[in-house]
Amino acid sequence: AARLSGGENRLVSLPLSRIRVIMKSSPEVSSINQDALFLTAKATELFVQYLATYSYKHGRGKEKNALTYSDLSHTAEECETFQFLADILPKKILASKYLKMLEKEKRDGEVGEGDEDEEEDEAVED
Amino acid sequence: MAERPEDLNLPNAVITRIIKEALPDGVNISKEARSAISRAASVFVLYATSCANNFAMKGKRKTLNAGDVLSAMEEMEFQRFIAPLKESLEVYRREQKGKKEARKDKDKKADSEEQDKSREEENDDDDERMEEEEQNDEEEVDN
Repeated sequence: AARLSGGENRLVSLPLSRIRVIMKSSPEVSSINQDALFLTAKATELFVQYLATYSYKHGRGKEKNALTYSDLSHTAEECETFQFLADILPKKILASKYLKMLEKEKRDGEVGEGDEDEEEDEAVED
Repeated sequence: MAERPEDLNLPNAVITRIIKEALPDGVNISKEARSAISRAASVFVLYATSCANNFAMKGKRKTLNAGDVLSAMEEMEFQRFIAPLKESLEVYRREQKGKKEARKDKDKKADSEEQDKSREEENDDDDERMEEEEQNDEEEVDN
């Protein structure tokens, strides 16, 4: 059964005008008929629901009753349907791990003493 | 924050509500996650539009129509959306038709009052409206 989105029983919650702005930002699009605009808005709502529920279901955030960024980027990487999002939802690594990676590359390149790494808790985007 | 002339973002409040209603009660959504989903939604619109436009071009049309969007969903592997989208579209079309009729009735009423007559030829008017509805697919949206 079709699920009406929006807590207020409206057929679609996302504003058609804004959806239209995004659609028209594509240079090759000339015009959009009203039905197509409505369907795109509605499809976007279904997409948001699907992305959220899929990520929650398959992610680790639910161990703490949460939906996290990591759940989403995991979905983009693992699930083929959502792979088009991989570039905008990159995985994050801890700064400490990144530094270790750099150190290792350096060590592989030349002979030298390995340094002790300091633990940092900041996340860094790839 | 500077505002760009064309905002390609979707309203945060609406996105948040859609997410909350989809997830079980009480689940926390980090601001980062919410923001990421919003961006993903914008990308989805762009991707769907591009895909739908390809179908329109294949059909040698310059106007994206409902069929193009549905074909795009299939192409993008969101077949699960197609049935609910078709149902919603029917409701939407009925709503739009209802609004149109309401406007016409209003105009008609104004005319009648001017001419000081009451009209009862509603059947003829229904036929007129049906014909105009079929032309809807070619109408362009201009905001």
